[in-house]
Amino acid sequence: MSKRLFVKGNEAAAMGAVAAGCRYYFGYPITPQSDIPEYLSRELPKLNGEFIQAESEIGAINMLLGASATGVRAMTSSSSPGISLKQEGISYMAGAELPGVIINISRSGPGLGGIDASQSDYFQSVKGGGHGGYHIPVLAPNSVQEMYDLTLHAFDLADLYRTPVMILGDSVVGQMKEALVPNPRPVRELPEKGWAVRGKGSEEQRVVKSLFLGDGELEAHNWRLHAKYQVMKEKECISEEFETADAKLIVTGFGSVSRIAQTAVAMAREEGLKVGLFRPVTLFPFPEKALAEAAGRAGRVLVIELNTGQMVEDVRLSVGAAAQVSFYGRPPGAGSLPSPEELLDVIRKNYDQAAK
Amino acid sequence: MQQVFKRPQSLKDVQTHFCPGCHHGTIHRLVADAMDLHGVQERTIGVASVGCSVFLYGYFDIDVVEAPHGRAPAVATGVKRAKPGNFVFTYQGDGDLAAIGTAEIIHAANRGEDITVIFVNNTTYGMTGGQMAPTTLVGQKTSTSPYGRDKSKDGSPIKMAELMAQLGGVAYSARVAVDSPKHVLEAKKVIREAFGYQVQGKGFSFVEVLSACPTNWGMNPLKANARVGEEMIPYFQLGVFKKEEA
Repeated sequence: MSKRLFVKGNEAAAMGAVAAGCRYYFGYPITPQSDIPEYLSRELPKLNGEFIQAESEIGAINMLLGASATGVRAMTSSSSPGISLKQEGISYMAGAELPGVIINISRSGPGLGGIDASQSDYFQSVKGGGHGGYHIPVLAPNSVQEMYDLTLHAFDLADLYRTPVMILGDSVVGQMKEALVPNPRPVRELPEKGWAVRGKGSEEQRVVKSLFLGDGELEAHNWRLHAKYQVMKEKECISEEFETADAKLIVTGFGSVSRIAQTAVAMAREEGLKVGLFRPVTLFPFPEKALAEAAGRAGRVLVIELNTGQMVEDVRLSVGAAAQVSFYGRPPGAGSLPSPEELLDVIRKNYDQAAK
Repeated sequence: MQQVFKRPQSLKDVQTHFCPGCHHGTIHRLVADAMDLHGVQERTIGVASVGCSVFLYGYFDIDVVEAPHGRAPAVATGVKRAKPGNFVFTYQGDGDLAAIGTAEIIHAANRGEDITVIFVNNTTYGMTGGQMAPTTLVGQKTSTSPYGRDKSKDGSPIKMAELMAQLGGVAYSARVAVDSPKHVLEAKKVIREAFGYQVQGKGFSFVEVLSACPTNWGMNPLKANARVGEEMIPYFQLGVFKKEEA
């Protein structure tokens, strides 16, 4: 049995990467995620791995591209402005169908912004981010345990679908310390990496590329990528529900804010309000069907985000006319997160409207 | 009859897409020759960057990874660190390496990555249609320096081979040209030597090759070829600038 540890979320993610067999890390320091490169700079050399502090985030993502092209498990991590710089490489990796894990312990923006917890990178993460109209799986942990578990899961998804995968956290899940049971669960059955460059020997040449100039070649490539995203939507949605069965109001939010929302929902239940929580764990693919079901039963959804409204657009698309959707946002700047009492107040108001 | 000249084994038996008078074909041959000499074709991973050289995989019979514009040295770093037993080289143009990719080339070189960089300098952006490059000569007219490169406004052409020689991680840095049979033979020797540095694990090796771009220079192949000797070599001097002893 694995022992129980008391670690930071960032360290848990780094431990999850090591447990997943990742031995190559390329990164550039930025707050609030620097615990990840610091941990891996210490641990990877002991495992015959490689840690490189790159000259920039652009350098780091392209080192990841090169390492992944050889078939090894590799990763990088950064925070919002750094992720913007990595978008070029992420687009190339999506185009060349290269696996790899990217952790974004996001901060608040735009621009230099601040280092407090924010969810203002939702659009950038789930809608492509870089050029060319691609998607990558995006996982949103809300605990130290999930930082570990979802990082392991991310490496499997990356290899299974030949795609970059992003962990989208923020300074709350990255910096908080809580219990972790580091139990690497068995990996999924994964395909051979018959595409990886290796030095051809006497065999056929292998080329890793995203340039398709032949007549119709690029269109076919894009339809194939599109089909892959549809398979992910069918098979890879993860969400969590709390007290939704008889709820008349569904509260939804991802990552750190979902923890506060859950406390507020529990407080509302104590007051006798029939409120439930729906938490998307995968932001792409977005758990459309599960949310539509819960929302359809309740008839009303309240979206809470640490921004001025981003995921709410996907919620509206998911539930359509089946439920009324309202939004409560707290972009960073006041230097604080919403308290459970603040959210309870919002829940009460929305619940009254639902009852009308 | 004895065969004295043949296609290198590392090169595919295909026609290239390069413009008439372009030197990429010659440089490809020299790179393939060095691969053959060192017997590394079967364990080579090439890194192609953006521009006219992107079709590396169409001409070399080796595994190839494509890199975003300027990022080939970072991609090659990832490849080599993950697979230190492989022979890894990048093939980059001057806009790619000396403008957008300066951070990547300087830091890969400074880390002493055990890779080889073939840097093709034709003083212009070729595939995008002949715009001003960091290597464009002062006074040279291009589609974005229609009045000629102005030193006071655009700066001086960057001498990459000399710059590389200053960096601690660089084991070998040289500049060659392919405008005459004599220079081609010298280039052949230098590229072979640069590859040898990686084969022996001595660290980062860099070869700048001066070449012609007749189409974008608006010259016929002969005139373009002559320009390399008359205008480029006087500024971009040939030679080996660094050669670390074992």
